[in-house]
Amino acid sequence: MLHDVSLTLPTGGVTGLLGPSGSGKSTLLRSLMGIQRGVSGTVEVLGAPAGSPTLRARIGYMMQSSGVFTDLTVADNIRYFAGLLHLPRAEIERVIDLCDLHTVRNSPVSAVSGGQANRVSLAVALLGGPDLLVLDEPTVGLDPVLRAELWSLFRSLAASGKTLLVSSHVMDEATRCDRLVLMRDGRMLTSTTPAQLLSTTGESDPEAAFLTMIAPHGDPP
Amino acid sequence: MSPARTLTVTLRVLRQVRRDPRTVGLLLVVPSLLTGLVAWMFTDTDTFGDIGPAMIALFPFVVMFLVTSIATLRERRSGTLERALTLPLSKLDLLVGYLLAFSLLAVVQTAVTVAFAVWVCDLDLSGGAFGVAAVAVLNAVLGTALGLLASAFAATEFQVVQFMPAFVFPQVLLGGLFIARDRLPAVLETVGDVLPLSYGFDALDAAASGAGFTDYGTDVAAIGVWIVASIVLSAVSLRRRTP
Repeated sequence: MLHDVSLTLPTGGVTGLLGPSGSGKSTLLRSLMGIQRGVSGTVEVLGAPAGSPTLRARIGYMMQSSGVFTDLTVADNIRYFAGLLHLPRAEIERVIDLCDLHTVRNSPVSAVSGGQANRVSLAVALLGGPDLLVLDEPTVGLDPVLRAELWSLFRSLAASGKTLLVSSHVMDEATRCDRLVLMRDGRMLTSTTPAQLLSTTGESDPEAAFLTMIAPHGDPP
Repeated sequence: MSPARTLTVTLRVLRQVRRDPRTVGLLLVVPSLLTGLVAWMFTDTDTFGDIGPAMIALFPFVVMFLVTSIATLRERRSGTLERALTLPLSKLDLLVGYLLAFSLLAVVQTAVTVAFAVWVCDLDLSGGAFGVAAVAVLNAVLGTALGLLASAFAATEFQVVQFMPAFVFPQVLLGGLFIARDRLPAVLETVGDVLPLSYGFDALDAAASGAGFTDYGTDVAAIGVWIVASIVLSAVSLRRRTP
């Protein structure tokens, strides 16, 4: 559960939401998507209260669980969610291209690799080219090569003016973000930039910087 | 609500079913096999003529209840429901989409079951096989609607499977199959009279005996009310915000 989280995100760029497992990252993201029960306080996204019907076509969400049908083919999954968004066929092809899913488009999701299944979920989030992307641990369980590939996709989306909020428990990914929000035990520790984080803590890598950051707030893990 | 989105859900559910040929086979064959078994049991008596229509009411109803409740539970657990609810999809679009998909399957399933009962099991439906089939389809749709409702109260597969006996057995016991409802204790008779499947049994008996639609129109209307009520209750119990 979350306590005293107050946070404003600027438009554009990649914001990393970092913290150990169980620190409340998913709960925070679900609150932004308007699907978390028991939220008190105000959550406003793109100028509207979180969960408003007007927001539903404007945010791309990639949840921690796959959120795709494993028994359907890659293309049928994307076709279904595109149908819910009233998008034309060309949009399906665009996200298949963007996520490099051509070779597996007619395979059931249960038969593709973990990295590919992950990209199906991402492709669905990218449908309609939403201005805001909320991605919950999109790189979890991926090998370093796939992780690097995904991050270059995130960077190119940010370069095209999109706003990305990406959660991760891998502190190394902090260096790839424009801004960082650090969380622990349901509380926001700080909102900063990668360079600032390193300079204020005097550490050379984000992992160590994070451990230093959380030290004054309680016992080190 | 949006018809286009409802249809998108229906097509997706049908695509999922099509990718699982064994399920399609079971859906189409199991009610016929059970009806055949009952017919065989009563070969040397006239009983099958009396309870045959009830079997056509019962088996598709039970099969559709189970298949639907498990399908929707699976969707909730895989996260696809959560994702769909962050998109512009109304809860009724989703539920009616499911109902349409399984109703379509029910039409095929019932056609097979009625054809099997008449041609293989020699069930006398001179009263009107078409009326019987139409009521049986409505009954299977009722099974789907109740399955949608039941899955809302189940968090795991183990729970949802147990809702089958919990939801269905009392309806079978009190529906007049074992003992006529007017011979039940007063309280049970009243309960039995309003249970959804009782209307199905009554309507099918009437249709099979050659009664006109006006004679079982109220039963059909009652089944319709139960279907609508189940869908509305399911929509109310389906939450976008979850813990």
